[in-house]
Amino acid sequence: MKFELDTSPHLQPTASVHRVMLHVLLGLIPGAIAMIWFFGWGVWFNIVIAIVTATGAEAMMIRSRGGDARATLHDLSAVVTAVLLALALPPLAPWWLTVTGSLFAIIITKQLFGGLGFNPFNPAMAGYAALLISFPREMTQWIPPSMIAEHPLGLWDTLVVTFAGSLPDQLPWDAVTAATPLDLMKTRLGLMDTIGEIRSNILFGDFGGRGWEWVGNWFFVGGLWLLYKRIITWHIPVAVLGSLFTISLLFYLTNPDAHPTPLFHIFSGGAVVCAFFIATDPVSGCASAKGRLLFGACVGILIFVIRTWGGYPDGVAFAVLLMNLAAPSIDYFTRPRVFGEDRGS
Amino acid sequence: MNKLWRFNGGVKLSGFKSLSNAAGVKRPPLPKRLYLPLQQHIGAPAEALVEVGDKVYKGQLIAASSSFISAPVHASSSGTVVELKKHIIAHPSGIAEDCIVIETDGKDEWHSSISALSNPDALDLDELRSRISEAGVVGLGGAVFPSGAKLKPTRSIDTLVINGAECEPYITCDDRLMRTRPREIIRGLLLLRRLVNPTECIIAVEDNKPEAVQHLRRAIDELKSEGIGSVSTVRVVAVPTLFPAGGEKQLIKVLTGKAVPQRGLPYEVGVVCLNVGTTAAVYDAIYEGKPLISRLVTITGPNVKHAANYEVPIGTPVQHMLDIAGADDTGGGEQNRLIMGGPMMGHVLPNAQVPVVKATNCILVEPKADVVPTTAMPCIRCGSCADVCPMHLLPQQLYWHARGKAFDKLDHHNLADCIECGCCAVACPSKIPLVHYFRFAKTEKKEFDAKAIFADQSRVRMQIREARIAQRERELEERKAKRKADRLKKKKAKAAAAAASANASVDDQDQASNGVSV
Repeated sequence: MKFELDTSPHLQPTASVHRVMLHVLLGLIPGAIAMIWFFGWGVWFNIVIAIVTATGAEAMMIRSRGGDARATLHDLSAVVTAVLLALALPPLAPWWLTVTGSLFAIIITKQLFGGLGFNPFNPAMAGYAALLISFPREMTQWIPPSMIAEHPLGLWDTLVVTFAGSLPDQLPWDAVTAATPLDLMKTRLGLMDTIGEIRSNILFGDFGGRGWEWVGNWFFVGGLWLLYKRIITWHIPVAVLGSLFTISLLFYLTNPDAHPTPLFHIFSGGAVVCAFFIATDPVSGCASAKGRLLFGACVGILIFVIRTWGGYPDGVAFAVLLMNLAAPSIDYFTRPRVFGEDRGS
Repeated sequence: MNKLWRFNGGVKLSGFKSLSNAAGVKRPPLPKRLYLPLQQHIGAPAEALVEVGDKVYKGQLIAASSSFISAPVHASSSGTVVELKKHIIAHPSGIAEDCIVIETDGKDEWHSSISALSNPDALDLDELRSRISEAGVVGLGGAVFPSGAKLKPTRSIDTLVINGAECEPYITCDDRLMRTRPREIIRGLLLLRRLVNPTECIIAVEDNKPEAVQHLRRAIDELKSEGIGSVSTVRVVAVPTLFPAGGEKQLIKVLTGKAVPQRGLPYEVGVVCLNVGTTAAVYDAIYEGKPLISRLVTITGPNVKHAANYEVPIGTPVQHMLDIAGADDTGGGEQNRLIMGGPMMGHVLPNAQVPVVKATNCILVEPKADVVPTTAMPCIRCGSCADVCPMHLLPQQLYWHARGKAFDKLDHHNLADCIECGCCAVACPSKIPLVHYFRFAKTEKKEFDAKAIFADQSRVRMQIREARIAQRERELEERKAKRKADRLKKKKAKAAAAAASANASVDDQDQASNGVSV
């Protein structure tokens, strides 16, 4: 016999997962447009390929488990994962790289752990990390922002590069690619150059990398939208950027020749998008306000540590994945004081 | 003095109060039969004092309080007791409980003992308290805790709070009561003030009821001008409209900044809190000598023609009230869903035959067509539930552990502190029926704990039994050994005696051989 579930409260909730994910996607739009503006159509192709692959993989997995694929896709979580992963990939990434990353993110990191809400790791970052470890050469072939590119590629050329892997006019790869500002900073610091010398490079802008800093600004705007819509709370963005700023400031003050400015750290690479869109993933993050502050602060510090002493130029993915591991323990130790609870003092 | 604090979380809800608060209080015609449950309060059920066939009068005691935490029941109209039987009561399970069924005679005659007191202000405190208990006054805000037991605090009280917040949507019975009987509420409050002797008295009303606030303030001024000086310690405070501001612990926090200790009672922080309806019932009990036999009930809903507040005799079947209020339910309960209480914390009635009891503040008639079925999605741990939890719990963690029946984790996250207000469930984007999970987990936990106690007891019993068996075996062994020793001793003595008797004739060699045999 089936009983109707009819217990209080009898009011219907108005929020929905669909709405949450939709707002995250809306929040990503300014940053995504900025990336397309500075890094060309490759970014757009990455997004499309990732979305198609991710939703296809999600539908396949759900159907194989006997679930309702349409209802699951409606929550848009796979699309969010796909877009976040696509934005992290090099703009001229070959199609199979994006496909592999999306499949890893959706099938291995998300669905095999039980689907939405059950993944211990951030799917987009796990997919990114898997690609970075497996295909280091393809993953580091970045291109310069459009205003300093010697051979900017058009829509058709980019399409050919993405799907056929061949550059137009027999151009060598070196002609179209360039190191990211973070990469360059790391390499040149390794060669004992001073910050001043490094920053005279054309790749650098006012604070961070040329173009990159504007991408960061637009992601920041999208992040403010999420805060305004109460999709995220202020704790994680403030903690990530605050701790990254503070620790890089400390090192900068001790030796300004060997450590870039705090603003360089914030406006280069994925720091801003991480603070608002990646570290704020609720599923793999922390639950309480205190926990979120701790989680975010540790992500910020780890980004700095990996960038400064680690083997990779940017540390966002690994910082987030490491903190995903720590999230359950943080949750355990940061349980807020319940109303009227006396914990000694 | 007027500083207000805030509690964690809470949700803003549409009130729907104007559906029912525009009209004045209405008196419905008497129903043919009244069904009076013996248990309408927290504590022990009352004991029936009447037999089938007895004639009863309005206000007559028909079931007596059976212990300190209990409350008597009075006839809410005159008539004849026709049955003492189990009748379906206002419980979601549709359980039947002992009820006294009275067939009304339509005369509504008061019992001879009911009369206004000549000088109620001269009553001593114990007399006052016992009169309140004898009148069957219980907390009318929904908890139905016998009020008499609350009015003997064991420590000094700073604040007496009269709760007129009424934070649930749709319900307006307290609003209407405060508008219609402000003087009675304040005079009732002054009686309570004598009992608990606080330094200040506050009547708290949510700021979506400005008329109620106005009426109360005007009544205070009137009483002041009539020379009742003690009324100057009474303040009417408008608190922000935020569900659940009317929750006892939340309201005390808002008014005083004090947090009632976990699993503790308000008196521990020097506060006594009663509902406005209870306060008016105290007035009736003392000044008019009338027991609690009726209460204001909001009958409301989008399709109720005469949605309003009704002065309903306790025991009136809900169906009778639906007929009067014009809640069309010709489908026999098929097309409407009946909720007793508000939409946040009320419960669904099994059918319309259940009687109105002391706890019934509202009957919400909701068309079933409006109830959209939802499917719960997985929890994405977004934390919206924790943001709105007025007890500062982490519902998403509780949900996780409730699913896994991890009772130690549920303890760590203080499941027992959940007040089931429903904020988390209405904030949840995944539409998970969180409160349902928590209720379920609480029952499961109770069973788990009971089993643990049972297992402990069994273990102790087993240990005692084993010890007893071991003891008995030891005793048996000892006795055996003793018997053996006795036997040997006897044998020895016998042999010694034999040897002694033979001593004369036997030589030293024989004695030595005797010794060897020992």
